[in-house]
Amino acid sequence: MSIASIQVSETPLVLYALRRADDALILGHRLSEWCGHAPMLEEDMALANMGLDLLGQARELYSYAAEVEGKGNDEDKFAYLRDVRQYRNLLLLEQPNGDFAHTMVRQFFYSGFADLYWRAMMKSDDAILAAIAAKSEKESAYHIRHSSEWIVRLGDGTAESHRRAQSAIDDLWAYTGEMFEADDSEWALIEAGVAVDPATLRSHWLKTVTDVVGEATLSLPKNDWMQQGGRSGRHSEHLGHLLSELQSMPRTFPGATW
Amino acid sequence: MLYFDLVLGRSAVYTQALNASDAEDRYIEDADRSAQFQARIDADDRIEPNDWMPAAYRKTLTRQISQHAHSEIVGMLPEGNWITRAPSLRRKAALLAKVQDECGHGLYLYAAAETLGTSREELVDLMLSGKAKYSSIFNYPTLTWADIGVIGWLVDGAAIMNQIPLCRCSYGPYARAMIRVCKEESFHQRQGFEIMLTLARGSEEQKAMAQSALDRWWWPVLMMFGPPDKVSQHSDTSTKWKIKRFSNDELRQKFVDATVPQAYYLGLTIPDPGMKQNESGNWEYSAIDWSEFNAVLAGNGPCNRDRLAARRKAHDEGSWVREAAQAYAEKRKSRKAAA
Repeated sequence: MSIASIQVSETPLVLYALRRADDALILGHRLSEWCGHAPMLEEDMALANMGLDLLGQARELYSYAAEVEGKGNDEDKFAYLRDVRQYRNLLLLEQPNGDFAHTMVRQFFYSGFADLYWRAMMKSDDAILAAIAAKSEKESAYHIRHSSEWIVRLGDGTAESHRRAQSAIDDLWAYTGEMFEADDSEWALIEAGVAVDPATLRSHWLKTVTDVVGEATLSLPKNDWMQQGGRSGRHSEHLGHLLSELQSMPRTFPGATW
Repeated sequence: MLYFDLVLGRSAVYTQALNASDAEDRYIEDADRSAQFQARIDADDRIEPNDWMPAAYRKTLTRQISQHAHSEIVGMLPEGNWITRAPSLRRKAALLAKVQDECGHGLYLYAAAETLGTSREELVDLMLSGKAKYSSIFNYPTLTWADIGVIGWLVDGAAIMNQIPLCRCSYGPYARAMIRVCKEESFHQRQGFEIMLTLARGSEEQKAMAQSALDRWWWPVLMMFGPPDKVSQHSDTSTKWKIKRFSNDELRQKFVDATVPQAYYLGLTIPDPGMKQNESGNWEYSAIDWSEFNAVLAGNGPCNRDRLAARRKAHDEGSWVREAAQAYAEKRKSRKAAA
């Protein structure tokens, strides 16, 4: 191992697993930033708990990507020795924690998707992805429950919490479209029954989101412009800072075992 | 079902019920009752929340259990400082799980303290205002990854040494909380030792990192056992009431004796050149700098201000969230009543 970033042979299946692993790692990292700073102890535990679930998902997916790639990479090399342009996570998940409403809305948008996604992926023709999906779905079911309860509580709580929840929805909405996109590299996997077409999940997701947001007395933005780029390594400015923190140790002490 | 309605409702209702149940005679001290109480203690009976107890017993336990709880919560900060920088995903997951456990320990302990009649909110306010203390050790900074190993190995090691006897403490809720805490804590301690072992078997840079962490944490860890027996202000009654089963110095000695061989196994040097083993096999350590301990307890350690500031910031910036949850719970209740 050296300080230089690794090269990855991005076959469609490797790339596919890395994208989902990056999603889980980056969101898990964001949640872990809350540790010790949450509005109440119960929430400190819940955020750490969800972060830990996501970190576990990331590790399984990286390990699978490493196995498929077969080039001697492993979970830590994928996590610590790829640069911003090599990361493939959704833009939504690298957005800063902001206030508690921003964190919960980000969680709500993503876990609403992840829950449907993992449930569908349990039927994947790829036995490993199906097994990872079966485990992840149990966790995402908890995450969507927790975050949607908070959306309702914040939206239908006080005037201030309502205002903050609405502004989080308005700020993050443009990053939700990317969850439902698939590019050419994914189409081969979708046609082979390995992956699901995320576009097929959109209407169900939109119904859940609309229902919860409605119950919360909040509303979805009229603006339908959607940002994209995370899947191909064109990120927001936030990711570089996140990675410089995440990767500082292995990049300072190349080749060390911890 | 929104779990939070239950959580928010609980502490206030629970403690009010306890306060109201026998408010009349709860605080009346009388010689017969005191003697009966001491007889129960002497017979190794467990005292339970609804039992009569001397006001001073209640007070000292409330102080000790709540400060123990505060320590778990403030203790999340020095380790939390490294979660985003942990050097491998395996270490990151273990650290995140550990810090989550500490928060859980804080919750058990606040629940145990509340059985004595003071609400968690009041206890937390005392900590945030600087009137209640937390363990002196968490006022030291985590400067390198090796500090995370040392905290697991030594800080948790010292905590276990302190807590194992508390599993037999006379107050039932505290003793039961300690049994649960010790099980999880000993797992963390082994993880910490394993971090140290990996560093000690690693590169020269890693070994130096491990040694530097041990050098910086050794004396503060010995101070975790509290002042020497001859000046410890709470010891006499705590021993009589079987809250405390061993003296500060006894526990400190046990800890040193257990730790020296571990340091030797790691190939690390304890930063006490005067240390020597006596004829009975105990390791005699040099004089502790109690002026540093007193400075840290008085708020003048390296991180006291940062730690309290971080907890106050979380509390203040979270108030709108707690208010929202409360407001929503009330709306929901009144809607249900109207339906």
